[in-house]
Amino acid sequence: MSRIPSNPYERHQVTEVRNVIIIGSGPAGYTAAIYAALARLHPLVIEGSVTWGGALMTTTEVENYPGFRDGIMGPALMEEMRAQAERFGAEFVTDDAEWVDLTGAVKIVRDASGREHRARSVILAMGSRYRELGLANEKRLSGHGVSWCATCDGFFFRDQDIAVVGGGDSAMEEATFLTRFARKVYVIHRRDELRASKVMQERAFANGTIEFVWNTEVVDIHGEDKVSGLTLRNTLTGEQSTLAVSALFVAIGHDPRSELVAHQVRRDEEGYVLVDQPSTRTDVAGVFAAGDLVDHTYRQAVTAAGTGCQAALDAERYLAAVDDAGALSEPAVALAATTDSY
Amino acid sequence: MGSIKHVTDTDFDQAVLQNDKPVLVDFWAEWCGPCRMIAPVLEEIAGTQDKLDIVKLNVDENPQTAATYRITSIPALNVFAGGHVVKQIIGARPKAALLRELEDYTA
Repeated sequence: MSRIPSNPYERHQVTEVRNVIIIGSGPAGYTAAIYAALARLHPLVIEGSVTWGGALMTTTEVENYPGFRDGIMGPALMEEMRAQAERFGAEFVTDDAEWVDLTGAVKIVRDASGREHRARSVILAMGSRYRELGLANEKRLSGHGVSWCATCDGFFFRDQDIAVVGGGDSAMEEATFLTRFARKVYVIHRRDELRASKVMQERAFANGTIEFVWNTEVVDIHGEDKVSGLTLRNTLTGEQSTLAVSALFVAIGHDPRSELVAHQVRRDEEGYVLVDQPSTRTDVAGVFAAGDLVDHTYRQAVTAAGTGCQAALDAERYLAAVDDAGALSEPAVALAATTDSY
Repeated sequence: MGSIKHVTDTDFDQAVLQNDKPVLVDFWAEWCGPCRMIAPVLEEIAGTQDKLDIVKLNVDENPQTAATYRITSIPALNVFAGGHVVKQIIGARPKAALLRELEDYTA
């Protein structure tokens, strides 16, 4: 064989209509898969070609997930969740969802290999992606000192001075983690107080290797083929200064990965999928959404898992309503499915 | 057609630089989540074509080679041909994008 073979399923329609397809594979997606599998709905999880496990795959110790008194490594937690879903019969497609049609009674999801998967309901759990600063040199120096993954790249900056930009939990976690390697970690934050949880703040404040640079934003990144320093601007005085560092770790938040469903389900201005709370129903019958794709408030592994569970239960209830409605028209089915009976 | 071999600082020259075929070196480490995430895709590519050799280099255990090629972010995929780096892909990419980027060497 002389080339990557064309996928045997290319442009192939998988004709079987499933009960439920789950798109996404973080705590929300895998928990939905566990519950849907236990409900004997035989879920198919489109878990992404390289995104399986979701955001927790780039974290280290997860200390706040109930049930693990000594903490658990993020990737290990995700492997456990996946294995648990698999044990109960969930099936996985390790490829990316590229196109969807959610409008009909039978929803279609096409993956990047061209396979079309069909189901009567879909659970959206694509999560979020890290936000970029939007600076001209950021992309160019990405992988050459600009990083979004302290656990991946901190190792390469042993005994060097580095910077973290951001003021939330992930910024504190990254900064604290990076002190294992770095000589000095500057935390650059545009305000004079942190968003991070108290325990994360305390830990960072107590760490002698971390120095906070308050009321400051990064306006430029310097370096030919690797990062050599930053231009900073004081947000109160407008004064600019430079800081010599060999790496910049960006932890300024996340945006929902909702482009796939942009014109099909209702979203807010920031792109979060809107659901009919406290349920996980979107404005399209048979389509549910969970996790960071929906939630811009809590954004925890355990809340994502919780809404993933809700989505599976909502989908189960919807399918039962559709089955009960039998020969009824589609609007009647949609109506039946929106009736709460918890 | 082969599974993925591990190379080290010691045999890098012979296994990669002296190799007649182009070689993709996956710079990785145990503690790197995205490295684990792309591993199955690389296995698949290794198993379905034989024009491009694919090997793994653990940066933790082989700091010399990682430093030589100035690796500061993983996963980093360097394609070597005739002893030189002819392509570098940094960070996890979706499978379709990865296949496209490597087409020149696998097709």
